[in-house]
Parts: sequence; C-alpha cells; structure tokens
Amino acid sequence: MNASGKRLTLILLMAPLLIWLVALIVIPHMEILYVSLREKVGVREYEFGFANYMVFFNEPLYWNTFMRTAVMSILATALTLLIGFPVSYYIAKLTRGRSKTILFLLCLIPFWVSELVRTYGWMILLRESGLVSGFLQYIGLASEPIEFLYNDAAIMVGLVYTSMLFMVVPLVTTLDSLDDSMIEAAYDLGGGGVSVWREIVIPHAMPGIVSGCIIVFMLSLGNYLTPILLGGKDSLWFTGLIYSQFITRFNWELGAAFGMLLLVLSSTIVWAGLKLSGQTLTRTVGR
Amino acid sequence: MAEAVNDLDCRDISKNFAAFKAVRDVTFSVPPGTFFSILGPSGCGKTTLLRMIAGFLEPTSGDLLIKGRSMLDVPPNKRPVSMVFQHLALFPMMNVGANIGFGLRRRGVAKAEIAKRVEAVLERVGLPGAGPRGVDELSGGQKQRVAIARCMVLEPDVLLLDEPLGALDLKLREHMKIELKQLQWEFNTTFVYITHDQSEALVMSDQIAVMNHGVFEQVGTARDLYYNPETAFVAGFVGESNRFAGKVEEAGGGTLKVRTPSGLPLMGTAAAGSLAVGDAVDVFVRPEAVRLSPTSEGVAGQPNVSSGLVDSVLFNGANSRVLIRDAATGGEIDVALPQTGEFHSLKRDDPIHIGWDTAQTLCFAAAGEGS
Repeated sequence: MNASGKRLTLILLMAPLLIWLVALIVIPHMEILYVSLREKVGVREYEFGFANYMVFFNEPLYWNTFMRTAVMSILATALTLLIGFPVSYYIAKLTRGRSKTILFLLCLIPFWVSELVRTYGWMILLRESGLVSGFLQYIGLASEPIEFLYNDAAIMVGLVYTSMLFMVVPLVTTLDSLDDSMIEAAYDLGGGGVSVWREIVIPHAMPGIVSGCIIVFMLSLGNYLTPILLGGKDSLWFTGLIYSQFITRFNWELGAAFGMLLLVLSSTIVWAGLKLSGQTLTRTVGR
Repeated sequence: MAEAVNDLDCRDISKNFAAFKAVRDVTFSVPPGTFFSILGPSGCGKTTLLRMIAGFLEPTSGDLLIKGRSMLDVPPNKRPVSMVFQHLALFPMMNVGANIGFGLRRRGVAKAEIAKRVEAVLERVGLPGAGPRGVDELSGGQKQRVAIARCMVLEPDVLLLDEPLGALDLKLREHMKIELKQLQWEFNTTFVYITHDQSEALVMSDQIAVMNHGVFEQVGTARDLYYNPETAFVAGFVGESNRFAGKVEEAGGGTLKVRTPSGLPLMGTAAAGSLAVGDAVDVFVRPEAVRLSPTSEGVAGQPNVSSGLVDSVLFNGANSRVLIRDAATGGEIDVALPQTGEFHSLKRDDPIHIGWDTAQTLCFAAAGEGS
C-alpha cells in the first residue's frame, strides 16, 4: 500500500473516535465555556466578562454547596474504598472458581436495573412508612414512625451503594494479579497481618485503589439522581444547582459557569489525589 | 545435651486432602549443616511436605521438630525456617535492600543495624552495593541470590527451597547448582531442597530422599541411590536405565537367571529382598554399564552377552547414546557411547556386540509396582 493509502486507512480508523471526541466532548465544552463568559446586559445583548463567575464567588450559598459536594464526594469515595477493599480481597484471594464468579455476579446484579429503580428501592426501605421504620416499631425500638430519608446519611448510603461496583472491579483485578506466594513469603519472613497488608497488599493494589477512587469520586460528584431523591429538596448538591440554573431559571450563562467550575474542581481534586498517592494517570487508568 | 540435636525431625508426618493421602507417614531427620534434597516426580507430595515444614499447612498427624522443639503450634511467621519460593516472590514494590531488610524490620532491629546486615549479606552472595537497585533490574541468577540473601539474613535454622531453579534456562541452572552448593557451604546452614530434577539433587545434596506417592522410597547419599537403589522406582527414577520385565528361571548363589517374554536370558542380582523361581521381576541395566565391542571376542566372558545392529546414534557430546536392536529378540537397548575414540565412526546398521556384568543387572520384584 502506498503512503497516501496508509494515511487514508488511518484517518478512516480514527474517524469514529475523533468524531466522538470532537462532537460530544470538545465542542460542547467550548460552547459551555463560551456561554459562561457572556454577560447579559439586555434582551439578547451580551458582552464578554467574568460576571457569572463573580456571582458564584460573591454568593455564600453557591460556595457552600460547592464545597459540601466536594467533601461529601470525597467521604463517599473513602467509605466505598473502606467497604469495597475487604470485599474485593475476599473475592480475589479467598474464593476459587465457581464461588468467585457467583460473588462477582452478585456485585453486578444491582446494575441490571436502572439507577432510578435502585434509588426507589432505598426510598422504600428508608421512608417514614418504610420497611426499616416499620421493623423498628414492630420490635419495639421505636414508638412512632421514623424518617430516615432526606438527610446527609441517606445521600451517603445511596452514593456508596451506587458506586460500589466501580470500586470492586478495579480492586479485584489488581488483587488477582498479586501472587499468593508474595503474601506467604511475607509471613514466612516474620510479617504479621498488619505489616503484610501495609507493605505488600496495599502497595500492590495502589493502582487499583487510585483508579477505583477516581471513578467513584467522579460518579459521586456528577451524580444528580441519588442526592436529589434521597436528600430531598434541601440536599444542596452542586449538580442540582446547575440543573436549576439551566432548567428552572433559564440562566444558561450562570449554569455554564457552574459547569466549568465543577470541571475545574474535579480535575483539581483528582490531580491532588494522584500527587498525594504518588501515582500517575497512565499507571492507574492506563492499565 | 550429649548428642547433637538434629536441625529437623519429621516423625510419621501425614497429610490428607479429603480422601487423598498426599503424604503418608514420612519419617526423617536432617543433621545440622546438611544439604538435604527431596526428589520426586510432580504430584508425589514433596511440595505438601515442604509447606508443612514451613507452616503453611497443618499435618493431619505426626510431629515436626526443629532443633528438638515441636513446631506444630507455631505459625509460619514465628518458625525458625525461611523459604525460597519457586518463583522467588521478591517484593516488586521494594528495592533489593528493602526486600532483604523486610524480615529484620519485622523483628524491630535498629535501622543502622539493618543497613549493616543487609550490606554484609549482599557481600556474601556476591552482590555488594546492590541494595538500592530495583528487583526488576536484576538478572535471573541475581534474583536467586537476593531471594536466598533475604532468607539468610534472618539466620534461620533451616532454609527451605521449593524448586527455585525451575524457572531458569539450562545454562544458568547448571551454574546455579554449583553456586547454591557453595552458598550452603559458606552459610553452613541446613538446606532442605525439593526438586523433580535428579541432576540438581545428585550434584548438590549430602542426603537425598526419593519420594513417590506420598512416601519416601529411599533415603541416602547420591551414590547410594545411584549404585544401590532399594526399590524399582528409585532404580528407574534416578539415572537412566534399560528396563526389562521378566520371570525368574533359576535362583541361587546370589545370582538370578531371568528370561524376558521375548526370550532374552539375563543374569542378574536381587537388589532388595529375596526372589524365588517363578517371580515376576523388573530388571534394570544402566546404559553406561554396558560394554560395546565390534567383535564377539571383545565381550567374551561377560555373564550377559548379546549382539545386534545399531538402530540409531543419539549424539550429544559426552552424553551420547547408541540404540541397539537386539538380533535375537528385536528389543531395543540403550547404551552409553564410550568417548575413547574407538566408536567415533559408528553408524546406523553397523553390527555390534554388547555385554555386561551380573552385578550391574538389578532385579526387583515386579508385584505392587503399577507402572
């Protein structure tokens, strides 16, 4: 094949990826950046400026929601890791063959139904007339119905539940690749449970931990359904603010500015996380 | 104590996995400073035995003593044994120095002292200054030495080695055999080495146990096993052998006359136990025990003589072999090619005469030997 033929093949093969990247990622973001930098001075009259961003910095409610979303997402990520790690270790190291497949499937099954249905499942359990409240009354621990929904704990439960699979999958993969004899060697050389975990298991699983955390953090930060449904109208989730600017207030300019801020926030936190754990994006996500 | 305490004593050790008996009533002792090998085919239970000594498996019955102290209730991280794993299991997240210092750190040795001891042991295995290097930067032989150094820095009573040479290429394996023996001599520590490669066991060991189907068939020095095998399995597994099945026709005066189904008469000796007329036997003759001659006079006077044509010459330098098709029976006999110059031009279909001694023809009762 001649040189131009090779070029054509390359372009044709790259085309779907390039179209997808440009049309669905680059162009919308450029558009949002452009919209966010427009100041409305009159009806259909705009001029360039940072007024939309200034609104965000001058209004404590926006600020607080922004920080609250970040902190809650980090917390949700940490909790998911804390629960997901033992589960993954059990699946990867302590089970064999059939039971391993079954346990893995059990983690996957909740994701066969839509997120909406799953979240309604939690609402059925946690609402005032729900199963948990009814059970507590039945065994006599509560004298009247208790509302478990519409608070931060409910949001946290929903976020952790929704994200679990995305933590377990990368962790199981990395832990699977840890040679059993490595753990045995560490015990043989005098290591105890704690030191084997600290020096062998966790350092080996680090790429999996970091990639799992990145995915879970992104999912939590950008989650809209779970915080709104489980947290109620006072959930104060940043995606909720973006939604209300775009849809309720028709203030696309401010909504676009919020969107850009969310992008900057998530990128900054992921970058900081990578720096803190001494990992790189190519080593973790690129595996 | 008056007499020297053995570094390792196994007393009637057994291990069952459900109905499968992996190790059956194995008893042996290893005196201090011995290179002890356990040689057997894969699946014979040698890895199970080693893992019991290391503490990763609990024996079903029996007792295990190290320096006279029972180890049954001692977890692996508290036993005075260290293990070199089949694939070495060096920690890739640490450099060489941190790998070797791992055990010392667990014991709470001071930092400066660890650095000193790590450097000392690196020097002893011939890798001075390798501490800061990454594990992935080392060659196969260097990794081997680091794995041994990582264990030896803890000064264990017994070092267990689980076929550590298996992953190396042939040339390096030959080299590491000698090096392992030298390291053992230098550290003067008891090594328990398991392998399925008989040449590894023969070259390095002071004592070898041949294991099959969960039991020790024979324990002895390399020479013992090679010249005086006690069972048919040992005779067949250690070294090369021509193997004939046959029936005893005459017995008496320490010599047996055996006839094979194809009619070849063999004069041999009973290697273990006594054999009577009519007993089915397996007969083993080593290729290097057979004398070759171009003429029948050359092998005259040998108790066993035969003649035939050269079927093929398997040239392999000093280890060359000739396959000879016996004229009388059509059976094939494997003979080592002498490197004295006499047979350099030997080729296919050359007529040849062979003969060998009675003492080199070992007969074992065939009963109970499945294969």
